Amino acid sequence: MANVQLIGIKKHFGGVKAVDGIDLEIKDGEFLALLGPSGSGKTTLMRLVAGLEEPTGGRIVIDGADVNDLAPRERGIAMVFQSYALYPHKTVFGNISFPLSVEKMPKAEMQKKAEWAAGLLGIGHLLDRMPSQISGGERQRVAIARALVRKPKVLLMDEPLSNLDAKVRHTAREELKLFQREINVTTIYVTHDQAEAMGLGDRIAVMHDGTIRQIGTPEAIYHDPANTFVAGFVGIPPMNFLEREGVVIGFRPEALLPAEAVPAEESMRLRFIVERVEDLGSHRLVYGTIGGTKVIANLFFRTPIAEGEERDFAVSNRDLRRFDLRTGERVRP
Amino acid sequence: MSTRRLFERETFLAPLLLSPVAVYMVLMVGFPFAMAFVYSFSNVTVGNPDFHMTGFGNFTAVLGDPVFRKSLLNTFIFTFISIGLVLILSNMLSELLTRQFRAKWLIRFLIMMPWTAPIALGTIGYLWFLDSVFSPLDWLLRTWGLLGKPHALLGPMSNMYWLGQPGLAMASVILVHVWRLLPLATMIRIAGMNSIPREIIEAAQVDGAGYYRRLFHIVLPLLLPVISVTVLFSTLFTFTDMTVVWVLTKGGPPDHSTQVLASFAFLKGIQGGDLAQGAAISLFFFPVLAGVAAVVLRIAKKAVVT
Repeated sequence: MANVQLIGIKKHFGGVKAVDGIDLEIKDGEFLALLGPSGSGKTTLMRLVAGLEEPTGGRIVIDGADVNDLAPRERGIAMVFQSYALYPHKTVFGNISFPLSVEKMPKAEMQKKAEWAAGLLGIGHLLDRMPSQISGGERQRVAIARALVRKPKVLLMDEPLSNLDAKVRHTAREELKLFQREINVTTIYVTHDQAEAMGLGDRIAVMHDGTIRQIGTPEAIYHDPANTFVAGFVGIPPMNFLEREGVVIGFRPEALLPAEAVPAEESMRLRFIVERVEDLGSHRLVYGTIGGTKVIANLFFRTPIAEGEERDFAVSNRDLRRFDLRTGERVRP
Repeated sequence: MSTRRLFERETFLAPLLLSPVAVYMVLMVGFPFAMAFVYSFSNVTVGNPDFHMTGFGNFTAVLGDPVFRKSLLNTFIFTFISIGLVLILSNMLSELLTRQFRAKWLIRFLIMMPWTAPIALGTIGYLWFLDSVFSPLDWLLRTWGLLGKPHALLGPMSNMYWLGQPGLAMASVILVHVWRLLPLATMIRIAGMNSIPREIIEAAQVDGAGYYRRLFHIVLPLLLPVISVTVLFSTLFTFTDMTVVWVLTKGGPPDHSTQVLASFAFLKGIQGGDLAQGAAISLFFFPVLAGVAAVVLRIAKKAVVT
């Protein structure tokens, strides 16, 4: 277990700045989710920590030691790949014990440790199988067991759930969190799925164009976005934006409510033209315009509303966020 | 039935399309093989029209011939060393050629060259390289002071006589043959390498495996099907080859130092006129090659393909 410090990390591929000057500190035992759209540099950043890429500039410090010049194997890290990257010609046991056999560990000890890791992930009964004979969810567990068997200082995960189908993914996410808490290993988790980042991360770093646009707890990222990029990227559907008196005003779809549901004082009144209503069971998404700008409201499923209607809506003042019109950065009163 | 309808019928079209191959196989492979089989049990020669069956006489004569036994041994030496070198060198070359560096195209071009030139022509080039008097290799060695001086490393004579000394001649034949097989083996190896997902190699890197551990525990096992195909082809090419030997040494220097089965069969059967014994010698290829094919195909089938 260890903390990780990134100091001014850069990685340029020719003219492309995949990672462009990142400073970041991940605390001992923390679960940090790197969230961003594809091409934002999050996977490159993780590969830099792993040592699979060489930084163009900056320093990487793990557990107080500069690891810039160390090979991946000397950094005390382990990684779970998106495709799991299991060795197809080795059994599950062979896969899990491979990192130990590299260390020339005695057979009996290797057996014990591999069984411990397999037991931790509930795959003890699969040790004799080949990767081609087990399911996607089981392969993912094998990949995690292989990563953990050496008790790494830092665990890196590159979209480990993205190859699972929706149902399995949900349970896998829950297990992953429980299990990370149990062993308390410092974890960097790359994802483009905000539900994963919100659900798993102690903190989330939102990346865009090779830089970190905001870093904070899931609550802070969601409710206190630092700029319009984060506000627009996080949240399904994203935050609504309106231009008022030279600033951009943002509010979440669930904060946009029929006027009668919001106390008149301390709120902003808006005339909402309803264009389309999407019933999603537990809630309904209402698409429409306010003063010509498209907005979305997320309402409780019993709220009566009809397409084509024009109604007074309101947003409570505490749910309004202000951003600079030009830079998109948050304007705090 | 109209011709058009006839061509749409699978029972007619399939045999029609397959027939050129079938005819070719029967005429160019089946017929000579059958002839060789019959000849090997007969007394047929080039000049004598007399033809009658003699049973196993040719085989006992051939097995009793010390030159045949030497050729058989030479063939195995030639094949094993060539294939071993091809496997090691193609591994090194494909490592080189899958990396990015300047002038990569030039290296690739030079390595692919032996493939484009006719083997006999390329080998004639080597004949000059290895000439007993004018060899440029000897000239280089003399210039570097390794040859032609009283206490030089390679001896005081002015030339190495590459094709004139038994050991050196065999080494020369093997090296030229390796030069010729290397492009194909390298290309097959690169194709196989590209089929291994990069993440698997990176996983091994992160798991702590150094280069050789990755090579022997991950890459080579995954390449096994591809490598076995390379071995199969190289063995077939090498075991039955006589071009390199014939152009460079004609089986010499005495006494039959580089004679292999193929060149010996040619020497006996065609140049010596004893078709029956030549055929008997050639038939010794059959069990060996069938065995190699069976073993390699078994390995290829057993190996896990991702």
